[in-house]
Formats: sequence, C-alpha cells, structure tokens
Amino acid sequence: MSAVDRAFEALRSQNKKALVPFVTAGDPSLEITAAALTELGKRGAAVCEVGIPYSDPIADGPVIQASYTRALDKKIKLKSILETIGSVTPTLPCPVVTMISYAIIHRHGPEKFLDMAQAAGVSGAIVPDLLVEESDAFAKLCKERDFSLIQLVTPTTSKERAKKIVETSTGFIYYVSVAGITGERTELPPDIVDNVKWLKSQTDLPICIGFGINKPEHVHMLKEACDGVIVGSAIVRRLCEAESKPQEQVIQEVGEYADSLLDALNG
Amino acid sequence: MESLGTASRNVPDSAGRFGPFGGRYVPETLTQALDQLTVEYEKAVKDPTFFEELKVLLRDFVGRPSPFYHAKRLSEQVGGAQIWLKREDTNHTGAHKINNTLGQALLTLRMGKKRVIAETGAGQHGVATATACAHFGIPCVVYMGEEDIRRQAPNVFSMKLLGAEVRPVTTGSRTLRDAINEAMRDWMASVEDTHYILGSVVGPHPFPRIVRDFQAVIGEEARAQSLERLGRLPHKVVACVGGGSNAAGMFYPFVEDKDVELIGVEAGGRGPSAGEHASPLTYGEPGVLHGSYSFVMQDEDGQTCDVHSMSAGLDYPGVGPEHSYWKATGRVQYTCCEDDDAMKGFDALAAAEGILPALESSHAVSKAMELAAKMPKDQVVLVCLSGRGDKDAAEIARLKGVKY
Repeated sequence: MSAVDRAFEALRSQNKKALVPFVTAGDPSLEITAAALTELGKRGAAVCEVGIPYSDPIADGPVIQASYTRALDKKIKLKSILETIGSVTPTLPCPVVTMISYAIIHRHGPEKFLDMAQAAGVSGAIVPDLLVEESDAFAKLCKERDFSLIQLVTPTTSKERAKKIVETSTGFIYYVSVAGITGERTELPPDIVDNVKWLKSQTDLPICIGFGINKPEHVHMLKEACDGVIVGSAIVRRLCEAESKPQEQVIQEVGEYADSLLDALNG
Repeated sequence: MESLGTASRNVPDSAGRFGPFGGRYVPETLTQALDQLTVEYEKAVKDPTFFEELKVLLRDFVGRPSPFYHAKRLSEQVGGAQIWLKREDTNHTGAHKINNTLGQALLTLRMGKKRVIAETGAGQHGVATATACAHFGIPCVVYMGEEDIRRQAPNVFSMKLLGAEVRPVTTGSRTLRDAINEAMRDWMASVEDTHYILGSVVGPHPFPRIVRDFQAVIGEEARAQSLERLGRLPHKVVACVGGGSNAAGMFYPFVEDKDVELIGVEAGGRGPSAGEHASPLTYGEPGVLHGSYSFVMQDEDGQTCDVHSMSAGLDYPGVGPEHSYWKATGRVQYTCCEDDDAMKGFDALAAAEGILPALESSHAVSKAMELAAKMPKDQVVLVCLSGRGDKDAAEIARLKGVKY
C-alpha cells in the first residue's frame, strides 16, 4: 500500500474528503515552494501535488504555464526540486505527488527518475501526457515500487476507455472537470456530478476532481460525488505574489485559502 | 543509434509507431478527437470519392502537377551533376503546404466539424489553411509566434485577407513551437467542434501519417516525371527538413528505390553550438515533444531547447517521427546547412534561374549544389523546392542590411 493509499484510507475512516493543493516547484522560489508545502500540510491537505516546470506544457492554462516559465527562467532543475521536496517530506503529514511531463521522465530514464523521486520521499506521479496505451512499462515499474501512478479521466473519455484507465491507475483517479486546460473558472459543467458518480461505480479508487476549481461554492457542488478536489491555479496565483509581498503574508494567505476550501469540503 | 533494419513504406503501425518513434503523448482530453480523426481517415482512404475530390482540387485549384524543372544554368555554374527542381513553389499559395491543408479541410467536413485551428511558423501553412478554409467556408483561427509575425508580415496580411483570425503567441521563444503549444491548448477546449489542421509530419498519431500521405503527391509526381523525362530515377533527392513535411512527401515514394540516395537538410543556423541551430536529427536525441517520440533538441532535464534558424519555417526543435525512423534505418542521410550557406543557395538560384526560393528551400538548394559539384555531369540531383521566397523578401533585406 502506497502513502497515497494510506492517506485516502485515513480520510475514509474519518468520513472526510481530500483537498489536493497544487504548487509549482520553484515559483517564485524553491524556498517558498517548501514553505507552502509545509503550510498546506499543516492546514490538512490530504496529498500535495508539486508541478515540475516543463518548457512546453499543453494541458496547462496561462497561470500555471507562466509559473513554469518563471521557474525555468531561474534555471531550476529537477535535481534541486527533488532536493527541496526531500527537505520537507520527512516532517510533512501528507504524501507528495508530482505532476510531470513524460518528456522529463524519459530524459532521465524512468528507473532513474523513480530512484530520484522516491529518495526525495515522493509517493506518486501524475503524468498528463502519458496515455494509458503508452504507460504499460512505466506503470509496471511504479507498481513494483509501490509508487502511485495517478491517471486522468476527462469528459471526452469514452466509458470503455475510462474502464481501462481505472484498471491501470493507482493512488487515486484524477477526474478532469472540463474539456480544456487548467485554470480558474466561474462555472463548472453541470454533468460533472453524474460523470463522477458513474466513474465511482467502476472502481474502488478514490476520485478527485481537478481543473477549474477555485471557490468554496465549487467544492460544495462536487463534494458529495467525489473523494476530493484538486486546486492549482488559484494557489499558484497567490504564491507568485510573494515576489511583491512579504513571504510570510503570502504563505498565511495561501493557508487561509486552503482552510476555506477545507471548511467547504469537511465543515 | 542501433539500426532498425531496412526502412519500410508500411509504417506507422496501428499505434502510430514508426519503429520506436511516433505514438501519442498528449493529454487524455485529446484522445477522442485523435481517435475520431484516425477512424475518419481510414474511411477516407477506402473511399475512392475522397481522393478523387482531392485530386480534382489539386489539379484545378492548386495547379498540379507542379513542374519538374531542369535548372540548367545553375547546373552549369556548379559544374557537376544536373540539378532538377520539383517546383512546389508554383502551387497556389506558393508552397507545398496547400496539398495537406486541402486534404485536412476535406476531413474536417467529413467529421462534421465547424471550425479549424492551425499554427504556422513561416506563415505558408497559415496561408494554405486560411485558403482551404475560405474555399470551403470554414471559420479559421491561426496561431503564430510574435517573432514569426514580425518575420513574415506579408503572409500574416494574406491570412487576414483570406478571412482567418491570426492570434499572436507571446509565450516562450514566440516562434513555431509556441504556436503549436497554443493551438494544442485551444484544441483541448474545443475538440468537440474544431479540427486542428496540423501543418507538418509532427504531432500525435495519426497526424504524421496523414500529413505524409497528403504530401506524398510531391514524390509520386516527381518519381513519374523523372522516369518520363529522364528515363530513370534521380541519383540523389534533396529536401529541407524543419518539421519535415515537404521532405516526407518527397522521400516517401522513393523509400523502396534503393539506388536513390535521399538527403534531408536541417537548419544549421549560425553553427553547431546549442541554441544556434535547429537540427535535431543532426545534433539532438530521441525525446518527447508535441505529442510524439522523435529526435528533439532538449537539455539534460528534458526541457526543449531554444533553436535558431534565419528561416521561420525551419526554426523548430523537433522533427517528424518518420524522419527519426528513416535516420535510424539509415534510409535517409540527414545533414545541415548554415544560414550563410542557405543564403548563398538563395542568391545562386535567383541569379541563375530567375526563381526566388523560400529560405527553407534555400537550405536544400545549397546542399544540392554542394553535392552536385562532386558528381559527374550525367548524374541527377533532384531538389524539392518546397516554396517560393517572396514571403522572405523583407527578412532577407533586413539580414543583408538593404533597404527597399
């Protein structure tokens, strides 16, 4: 059982839902990434998702894309990102998973990447450009190492494909709320709840919903159907303000924002 | 790299693999549209009316077959083998790109999609897409890097005249690579009613195959013209390679003609240092970019490197997966030509033949001159002249420091 499985089992036993916050590694600095992870863990995040900056992200909207560009402009490398994650994981109360392009994993070599990630205490990965058809070899390696490979299901995924995806996924299922890129949205499609309910009937894995979620109202709408929500752009946008505001203030604001989402989830 | 054996024309497989290259590395959201495109293309291939309709369009709208031209004065000046040109520059809209966009526009109609998006570097694909969409009355948005908009102003204006909306891309290096990223992002949100007319033999399966097939008309015609005019196949066939669509279209019909040497010419830019060229097959390594596994210019972390070419159409850090396959099988020799040499190729063809080649094609012309000089006079070097150079006039003036 991986650390991600244990985290969701603990939540289930308490009848709680998961907040999965996303931060971009190295934006605005690795120091702030570490501080944010610590704060989010303290506030009660179930799993922290760390975005590994990539030069050509396709699934990401303007906020996360810009954060990746800023981090890469500072010449931040995977090695230093994993060192930073490794510096907080021993004391973090929740597991950390990475959102990472397969371009980066392939370049380092899947085994070496897993060696490096696991040495840093990373418990799983979301690889948005590694489709289920292409993921056999990597999924096998992850399974051998008890490393969660969290796969995505979207509104355009057929039911037949979704069944295949849930079979090979571990940790949790990342349900993408909208056909589109990441980013804050005012309204979410009304059929999410039905889609997630159907998906739940196909798997025992927890299902977390991401893309577009940024308000407690969204959380209220979704919490009955899913096991958790993933919130990215709204946090990344707040964290990047640390370039112009005192760091402590920004971290505090992110913590309070996480509280507002947690209240909506479990309050 | 380990050899993969003899290159076959019978690629890709059902997963879109050319040997180990190709495949699909895209977000899950796009799989439905890619599956739909795969199915619809398979149906089109089996439907004689589809290719008949395309053939008529290529004849009456594009002006095919394009000429097969003996560049006599240039050959004499070079002093070696005969240089022949496959004149894709004579196509409607001035480049080979129109062959693919008409084919994909027909597929768009077959799929019942209501909108088209595209990306463009040099603007030739943008103009060709805007033209095909105007021809069929399909609304069209073209993404183009700001740097390329600057370099290719006449094409930008043409696209607008043809009714397309040109969306400037201000991220990254503001070139073709970033335009592809933006087009993919748009497609993520619009897959239900939008077709993405990808402009080269790159991207996720089935694009590399579809674009190659639509461009194969270049090599098919050239092969037949060569047999008819020369009574034999050419000794060497040369084409420039950015993403590689004109080269794929030119080479593919010759792949099983073992006596024909195929030479792909990448953009050598200002030299071999990282960031100074756009030659992934010459200097890069296999990696993942824009949905497929192929040769890529990337750093030790897998981040895509910035690249340079004076030619906007070659200024791309990746290449089509079939080219990687041809490199690995040894079927095609890949080399590169630096900016200065490409400019010499441009000047030579303009002066000797009265033809302004596109800067992209100038790379192939320059390499062909170099090769021909070392070959006997009775041999033939065939060059794919992928496009015409009018679009590059302002940029060439700037590079030469000339005001006009």
